Amino acid sequence: MNLQFNLNGKPAKVDCEAADTLAEVLRNQLNLNGTKVSCEVQVCGACTVLVDGAPVSACTYLAYEARGKSVTTIEGLEKPDGTLHPLQQAFIDEFAFQCGYCTPGMIMAAKALLDENPKPSRDQIIHYMDGNICRCTGYVPIVAAIQRAAGVMAKESKT
Amino acid sequence: MSAEKKTDFQIVNHSIPRRDGRVKVTGKAQYVADLRLIGMAYAKVLRSPYAHAKIVSIDKSRAEAHPGVHCVVTGYDLEGLNPYYGHAVKDHPLLAIDKVRYAGEPVAAVVAVDERTAFEALELIDVKYQELKAVFTPEEAMAQDAPLLHERKFEAGALRGFEGEVTAGKGTNICQSHKVQWGDVEKAFKDAAAVVEGNYYFPMTYAYAMEPYVAVAEVNDQGVTIYSSAQHPFMVRHDLKSIFNLPVSKVRLIVPFVGGGYGSKSYTKIEPLVAACSWKAKRPVKLQLTVEEAMLTTRSDDAYTWMRTAVDKNGKIIARQAKILMNTGAYAENSPLVVEKSTNRCVGPYAIPNVLIENSSLYTNTVPASSYRGFGCAQVTLPGESQIDELAAKIGKDPYEFRLANAAQPGQEFFPGMRPFDGTLKQDLDTAAKAIGWGTPLAKGHGRTVACSGSDAGAYPLTSTAVRVHADGSVTIMTGSTELGQGSHTVLPQIAAEALGVAYDKVNVVSSDTAITPYDRSTGASRTTTLMGSAVLEASEEAIQQMVVMAADVLKVKVEDIQTVRGGVRCGEVQLDWSQVISKFYGLPDGEVIGRSYIRKSGKFAALPVFWEAAATGVEISVDEETGKITMEKLATVGDVGLAINPALAEGQDLGAATMGMGIGLFEELIYEGSQLVNGSILDYRLPRFSDLPKQVELHLVQNQDGVGPYGAKGGGEASLNSMAANIANAVDRAVGVRIRQAPLTPERVWRALKGKERR
Repeated sequence: MNLQFNLNGKPAKVDCEAADTLAEVLRNQLNLNGTKVSCEVQVCGACTVLVDGAPVSACTYLAYEARGKSVTTIEGLEKPDGTLHPLQQAFIDEFAFQCGYCTPGMIMAAKALLDENPKPSRDQIIHYMDGNICRCTGYVPIVAAIQRAAGVMAKESKT
Repeated sequence: MSAEKKTDFQIVNHSIPRRDGRVKVTGKAQYVADLRLIGMAYAKVLRSPYAHAKIVSIDKSRAEAHPGVHCVVTGYDLEGLNPYYGHAVKDHPLLAIDKVRYAGEPVAAVVAVDERTAFEALELIDVKYQELKAVFTPEEAMAQDAPLLHERKFEAGALRGFEGEVTAGKGTNICQSHKVQWGDVEKAFKDAAAVVEGNYYFPMTYAYAMEPYVAVAEVNDQGVTIYSSAQHPFMVRHDLKSIFNLPVSKVRLIVPFVGGGYGSKSYTKIEPLVAACSWKAKRPVKLQLTVEEAMLTTRSDDAYTWMRTAVDKNGKIIARQAKILMNTGAYAENSPLVVEKSTNRCVGPYAIPNVLIENSSLYTNTVPASSYRGFGCAQVTLPGESQIDELAAKIGKDPYEFRLANAAQPGQEFFPGMRPFDGTLKQDLDTAAKAIGWGTPLAKGHGRTVACSGSDAGAYPLTSTAVRVHADGSVTIMTGSTELGQGSHTVLPQIAAEALGVAYDKVNVVSSDTAITPYDRSTGASRTTTLMGSAVLEASEEAIQQMVVMAADVLKVKVEDIQTVRGGVRCGEVQLDWSQVISKFYGLPDGEVIGRSYIRKSGKFAALPVFWEAAATGVEISVDEETGKITMEKLATVGDVGLAINPALAEGQDLGAATMGMGIGLFEELIYEGSQLVNGSILDYRLPRFSDLPKQVELHLVQNQDGVGPYGAKGGGEASLNSMAANIANAVDRAVGVRIRQAPLTPERVWRALKGKERR
């Protein structure tokens, strides 16, 4: 089955099977290993990518469903000149990860949040991010990183 | 030498951003799951549905005939290998042989062109079992008519690292027994002014690393090469060497970034199985477990503890006695060490003159238990720290004051024969108490408590490293310590940069490749900063000594005339940095100097433990009396770390550990119904989430430079877990007046306890 979709701003074309998940296609065919697979039942959020801007669990989302749509993965956030997305920078600045396995999904979910609500409160962050599990950090620095990134993005959008 | 207290640090003791930051936030960090080798096949595992059964026959012919299948491996296809492994005792076959000992045990593996084909072929394997009587608790395992799990006599694993004899394999289901004793416990309890006594249960838990176990093996005439998510590659190498009967030099373990370990990736797990698959299939093979399979691979030991503690009329603790039964599951794994550690850890961090602790772990037909962050300490800190509060209440003392009055003092040899206590519990407890507002008014239904932990940590001191200084002045650290997220790739370069006086960005790390990096025993028990950090510091200093000699040679002066300065040497008016020294020595802008360090149980590391890992936690909780639900209002962690090489990383370890401890205190528990683990998936095993975050969190460090490690550092990252379940249980008692001696304190348990109180 041939599929076409937009991947991180560029057209992508793959030949895959009907049963292939978006995570399988991204990782095994397109060599984008940033999207991590953990629970495989849409609970932990590690595989979160954006499809037409909405966060989905790539571990259970069929690649077929992405046809003709726009897919953004963690690899799509860094600018071509190497500048990190404010969320990526904030995760570094706030020590918001340790092992890093949940981090790509965490950042993608946080991006969806800030795209939808640029100034979330602490409670809104906690509510929105509750579908992403981190076993290392205890979440506090992740909340701080999202708040920091929101601040940076607000400043950027003014200038 | 690094022993004196230095304070003008340029690089250490600063919260420098993580070295692995950029690769981890851009998705470029490589884990074993991301690895593909040319010609690689994929394995899937068939697991036993029975807890205890004889394997009557295995027919794999249909599976092997399935298109795309390379081979099917069973316990009967291993001729030529030594299929039993285990670092304590070799009781664990890499695939079940003759019988299965727990539901979920690997019975066969299919190797195929892809995972889906391998998975399909599992159904085509026909295994006939004859079910045997099974045991699931220590009590059942000890019964007169209990079936024996292991009939064989075991070969001892060579790399034990603990002092006692292993009990396993002596005709009972006892895996290991350990006892510590001093003073006269019977007399002390007779003379006591007050005694508390109770039975406690600490549950089976799962560490839940986000990255399930994964390994890629390539076995060929060159030897065995395995890429694995293992914490201790050198320990795994030892098991593989013995399975394949190869010299150490022909077994290579490579560990890239690990997606979380917390002890669950200590020691050998799936590596023997994937290596056997590669050996049979004659090609590289990858085995990636699912989370559900990972939960059938390792768990923590659950513990049944009877404990009593006594005080004299002055409020001084005079005696503690405990009998512990731990449930170690079907195979020993690292549980003999867990037993030893949990026995020791019943005492600390209090100075108690009369002690008797008896502990045994039993084989049962459940998932094998092994290391878990804190090594048996959380299991016994639930009873230990509960009884401190219970006693304080009984004699009408403030529990915080009561702890201060009895805590081990700095420099006190409170555990006979062990290293004198190297922490400052008064300061730890003071800091925790202040952080949660001790002494200020509390709302109704709220409870506030502090608790502490002091555990014999650091594992065993056997660590080596090489620090290579290159001709351009940059540095490569060769380390066997694994980056699990704890930050070794950041902390070790900080130490080398500080010692060598070079920029932090110029120091790189190569880690965990047993063919390249010098031997390091393990990455666990909070030992890396202390032991590998010391090795990196010593190796850096040794490199400096070599470069001083080189500088004397190139400047044609005596070695005594060379003076070291930050980042180089001076001789009179001439100043050379390391790059100049090396380039002039070789006559080309190339070459290198290799500083080395070999750390063993000697000198400052002669006394065990390597250090006492001390920490305090403070909590304020509220209880909804209608539902029994506990809300975490406040959490404070205090890590007594000597010197934080990177304070933000040290605090992050404490918060992560305390959050895991909170999970066990509130809801984490693996549950067996009969022979089956019934909540072995993320859908049913409740993990802490964003919405469980305490409303207010404070992280503190106590830094008295009293550790044996570099610049006075010592380890952290486990101790904040240990006291959390007890802290929550104590806070519930103070909030609503019910004493719960079992973790987790689920809403149902709290609600039932409250109903029981009403009835009284």
